[in-house]
Amino acid sequence: MRPQFQLLSDELVARVIDEARHLMRETGVKVQSEEARALLAEAGASVDEMREVVKIPDAVVDRVLGTVPHTFAIHDAFGEPKVVYGDGRVHFDPGSSAVQVLDPETNTHRAAVTSDLVRIVKIAESLPQIDAQSTAVVCDEVPKEVADLWRLYVVLSMSTKPVVTGSFGVETLEAMLDMVATMVGGRDELRARPRAVFDVCPSPPLIWSPFGAGNLIGLARAGVPAEMVSMPLAGAAGPVTLLGSITQHATECLSGVVIHQLAQPGSPIVWGGAPAIFDMRKGTTPMGAIETAMIDASYSQVGHALGLPTHAYLGTSDAKIVDAQSGMESGISAVIGALAGVDMISGAGMMEFTGCQSPEKLVVDAENIAMAKRLLEGVVPRTETLALEFFEGLDFKGDFLKQKATRDLFPLEQYVPSKVIDRDSYRGWVSSGATDTWTRAKERANELVDAFEPPALDEAALFELRGIVERLAKDAGMDTLPEFG
Amino acid sequence: MERDELFDAMGRSIIDGDAEVAASLAEEAVAAGVDPLEAINQGFVPGINVIGEEFSCERVFLPQLVLAGEAMKAAIGVLEPEMTKAGSAREIEGRVVLATVAGDIHDIGKTLVGTMLAAHGFEVFDLGVDVSTDAIVEKVREVDADLVGVSALLTTTMLVQKEVVAALDEAGLRPGVKVMVGGAAVTPEWVEQIGADGWGQDAIAAVATARQLVGAKV
Repeated sequence: MRPQFQLLSDELVARVIDEARHLMRETGVKVQSEEARALLAEAGASVDEMREVVKIPDAVVDRVLGTVPHTFAIHDAFGEPKVVYGDGRVHFDPGSSAVQVLDPETNTHRAAVTSDLVRIVKIAESLPQIDAQSTAVVCDEVPKEVADLWRLYVVLSMSTKPVVTGSFGVETLEAMLDMVATMVGGRDELRARPRAVFDVCPSPPLIWSPFGAGNLIGLARAGVPAEMVSMPLAGAAGPVTLLGSITQHATECLSGVVIHQLAQPGSPIVWGGAPAIFDMRKGTTPMGAIETAMIDASYSQVGHALGLPTHAYLGTSDAKIVDAQSGMESGISAVIGALAGVDMISGAGMMEFTGCQSPEKLVVDAENIAMAKRLLEGVVPRTETLALEFFEGLDFKGDFLKQKATRDLFPLEQYVPSKVIDRDSYRGWVSSGATDTWTRAKERANELVDAFEPPALDEAALFELRGIVERLAKDAGMDTLPEFG
Repeated sequence: MERDELFDAMGRSIIDGDAEVAASLAEEAVAAGVDPLEAINQGFVPGINVIGEEFSCERVFLPQLVLAGEAMKAAIGVLEPEMTKAGSAREIEGRVVLATVAGDIHDIGKTLVGTMLAAHGFEVFDLGVDVSTDAIVEKVREVDADLVGVSALLTTTMLVQKEVVAALDEAGLRPGVKVMVGGAAVTPEWVEQIGADGWGQDAIAAVATARQLVGAKV
């Protein structure tokens, strides 16, 4: 039995989907892309060109739910499927697109630069708990026009894991697709064995911007997986009730699936998001709030009910430093996401409403993730009898340490944490420096960076990739590319 | 099996923690006329050293350490009678009496230290748990021990460690016998305060301390 929990009854899931269909049919969604509106009109939706509002009948929804894939894989640099969305397993990647990093020397936030991204990529590559890379920070020294693709360049240059990324404009999507294609041997190969999934965001409430809709169409036609990141903000840019925001999320995602599948039936797409409640004291968007996690777990249940793989922003915190709040919020929400069976959970390493990344927090979060994954493995029989064989010839002595079964089975039963987690005696802890989590995280992050070996990637492809990036950077006014170090 | 090959296999049997294989390799060595002392020192001991080092680096864990110790015991169990027969008794590192003090029944740490000491060439007399101070003193006298290891997990029974040191003093057995104390709450300050001679952070460190204390005695 795989541990799982569900917050919604089947009846409530059905009501969420019913009301989402109702909103699409009666209220409509705002689609600010002419191309998307044309696709919708052709499929039988009623389009108000003046207001850019499209009303989508149930029949169109039913049609796309029949073509959308229930499972697909993203692959590593060698074309091996590494993350299968929809296979029932839960995967984790670092949170994406932070603009700040927590500087480990000063313990303050500052603008992220390329060397920070390099450090995060090395650590994410080394941590077995992290299933995919993400384009984790936006590098401040790079012109805005190429900021999105520059992140992707850094990641593709030094990692082999699948990548979760996204473009910041409809203009750069094709360039980014070309970049990934270069590393895998062309657009057809990319379609057959996608290396990356691209995040695409609707704008709350119920709006598909030219950029969002354009990316849905571009990705669908390229056959590269799209991951919708819908973000109702309960009480501000979404209904205050959790179910109201879950329904808004469903409406945004379902209309996204329609646009996407009309552009190219059968292209892979993920029911994802980064919603939050709205904090009524500070006007902020707490990602570590329990209610935020509850919205995520619920919409994932809705997505799965429709047969789609899901994604959520969890395992993150709103703390400003790696402290007790950081551990508590990240740990609790990672476990909730895991138990909800979310296919891909983004957020590791992130703090401050996803504004800030921290490589040190990432190594702490990896321990949360390992524990969440252990929890998902559940309590399962490992031996023929549950206990009888352990007691044969034991004679009331606590000699279980001497049993071969102990040696053979403890690595299956117990996750052995890294040194980030302290389980020493007080005495041992004192004699090894009386360190706190933050100090141990800094040590571990540095160890992983020092031990990092660049992977053996295709040199010719890397050269070509650099050529593409140099050209685009030059167009954006950047004559020399930043150093990685 | 060639000699080098045999020694390699012996080391591996310890690393694998396979007592049956270790014992049968020891028997094979005896049958082939290999010097039992060489078999221990060049065959089995390198294996236990590897495991000890790996344990210290957190690359293997307690179950592997204990099984390696058990395999070592099995090998020595075969080879020791042969040495006695040949009159070439192994030069033991020292004789150790181990016990968990009266009123305390915690066994695991003390047994682990015993296994590791035995694996490293000490002759170990493990009296078990909840052992009276008198019984400890008596055993020390009987076997002419070089070392006593007294374990106490509880802070309340730690006080008995002090009593054991005093009783050994009173019996006139000190400083001929060194006292090591063990238990989760034991600190270097405690060792000093009760007039004991040493402690170890874990079973591997305890072996180092024991060696040091025995060496210091000679």
